[in-house]
Amino acid sequence: MKFKSLGYCFVQGLKNIGRNRIFSLASVVTMSLCIFVLGLFYSITTNVSFMVDQMSESLCVKVFFEKGIAEERIESIGNSINEYDGVTMVHFTSADEAWEQYKLEYFGEEYMDLADGYADDNPLKDAASYEVYFSNADMQDDLVKYISDIDGVRRVNSSEVTADSLSEISSLVSVVSIVVLVMLTAIALFLISNTISIGIAVRDEEIKIMRLLGAHNTFIRAPFVVEGIVIGMAGAVIPVIILYAVYGNVVNYILTKFSFLSNILSFMPVTELFKVFVPMALILSIGLGLLGSFLSLNRHLKEK
Amino acid sequence: MIDLENVSKTYSTGVPALNDINLHIDEGEFVFIVGVSGSGKSTLIKLLLKELNPTSGKIVINGKNLAKIKKNKLPYLRRDIGVVFQDFRLFEDRNVYENVAFAQKAIEAPGKRIRSKVLAMLSMVGLLEKYKTNPKQLSGGEQQRVAIARALINQPAILLADEPTGNLDEANSWEIMKLLENANEQGTTVVVVTHNLEIVRAMRKRTISIENGRIVRDIEEGGNFYEI
Ligand SMILES: Nc1ncnc2c1ncn2[C@@H]1O[C@H](COP(=O)(O)OP(=O)(O)O)[C@@H](O)[C@H]1O
Ligand SMILES: [Mg+2]
Repeated sequence: MKFKSLGYCFVQGLKNIGRNRIFSLASVVTMSLCIFVLGLFYSITTNVSFMVDQMSESLCVKVFFEKGIAEERIESIGNSINEYDGVTMVHFTSADEAWEQYKLEYFGEEYMDLADGYADDNPLKDAASYEVYFSNADMQDDLVKYISDIDGVRRVNSSEVTADSLSEISSLVSVVSIVVLVMLTAIALFLISNTISIGIAVRDEEIKIMRLLGAHNTFIRAPFVVEGIVIGMAGAVIPVIILYAVYGNVVNYILTKFSFLSNILSFMPVTELFKVFVPMALILSIGLGLLGSFLSLNRHLKEK
Repeated sequence: MIDLENVSKTYSTGVPALNDINLHIDEGEFVFIVGVSGSGKSTLIKLLLKELNPTSGKIVINGKNLAKIKKNKLPYLRRDIGVVFQDFRLFEDRNVYENVAFAQKAIEAPGKRIRSKVLAMLSMVGLLEKYKTNPKQLSGGEQQRVAIARALINQPAILLADEPTGNLDEANSWEIMKLLENANEQGTTVVVVTHNLEIVRAMRKRTISIENGRIVRDIEEGGNFYEI
């Protein structure tokens, strides 16, 4: 096919869509649904992992030591913990600091005096601890086990990290989305290739004449490839616009409706999200359009 | 120009449509092919177009052995051969001009010259003033003239016509045959399948008779079909 024929093939492709409006529309709608689900899936999972990331800065277990442990031992425990993969920081709180903190939390500034009765006898004299920060919620169980096994460690307190449950939600969302996405992809592919098959059937006579006149096969096929690409792109543009318009509102709604969660929930800005999502949507939809047209062309318009 | 050596065609249904055909047509010839319905005439046309491949035998057109033409080179063979059919096969969603121009677009001819070529071709077949008309509004004879214009605009070396007057009355049939003869005088090799023996007799062209897939008579130009 000649380069200058691209324009002609493009116009013919658009005409195909115009002639076959109902099926084209059905294809675009399904494709849109497909991309829309992809968008939901993508924004939910990336937001969750974004939140988990943010939260992991506070992922932390507390390590307490056996009574009367020597300071060198504490230090060597700290070194062992530091060696563990994924541990980002180990912070030591001495017994005195722990007591100060406790007083502050329990009695508050005004009643600090009340605690003075304990002045010389730190009731938390065995409360020295390490706060061990780590990068990934999934590693908590292993880390706790590792630290507990170190000699001289009395107890490891792991907080009930919400990151864990968030991760679970995220993977649930992923699984459901992938299933729905696969189904929609299959339907979209089926509809597109059928739409194009119908277009080929409608133009059957024309195609026969073109062959007899000596048209190249690529020239005969090109309009149907254009048709697939255009349907695919339309199927991406529509949901991208909708998601773009809706995203901010949904985020605001969630933040006001569940304001008690607002310290956990931190959403990605829409521009960040769309930097990845838009190319992803275009690649998927154009890819599906192309695949749909090739499936149909290979069935009905082989070189003869 | 056209050479067939021991060509046979048996359809997958087992029907033997052509049986050991040997045929030579020179450049610039005008040849009628006659025979009753089912004798294998259309099959022969399809073999020449490589719409079908022979079961056995060799076909050479314009020096090209059809069996050796690769799929992606087939369009170039087709560009050497114009073809018209009994049922015209025009596009009813396009006007006369667009129907003829379509042939040029299909071979991706340079756009600038399409218009003048189409108009010249339409004036040759006598339909210039109807260039905007839809084929549905034309008589059968006029539709066939459009089809001839479409078949000739790419300047093929060979023009095949499969019963081009099958749907036309006597007067229109004569006009079409005159157009084909005209194309032949311009140098195109013309092969016409027809039932219209009256015209065949009158025109005294080379005439090949087919019966049951075999060539049974081959009367030279100027010979008298009626006498034999
Ligand atoms: N596609 C086909 N499949 C099977 N048999 C066919 C096919 N086309 C034609 N035939 C048979 O081949 C023979 C020759 O047909 P055809 O070439 O169309 O004859 P004509 O054009 O002379 O009427 C006939 O018996 C016809 O039934
Ligand atoms: Mg026939």
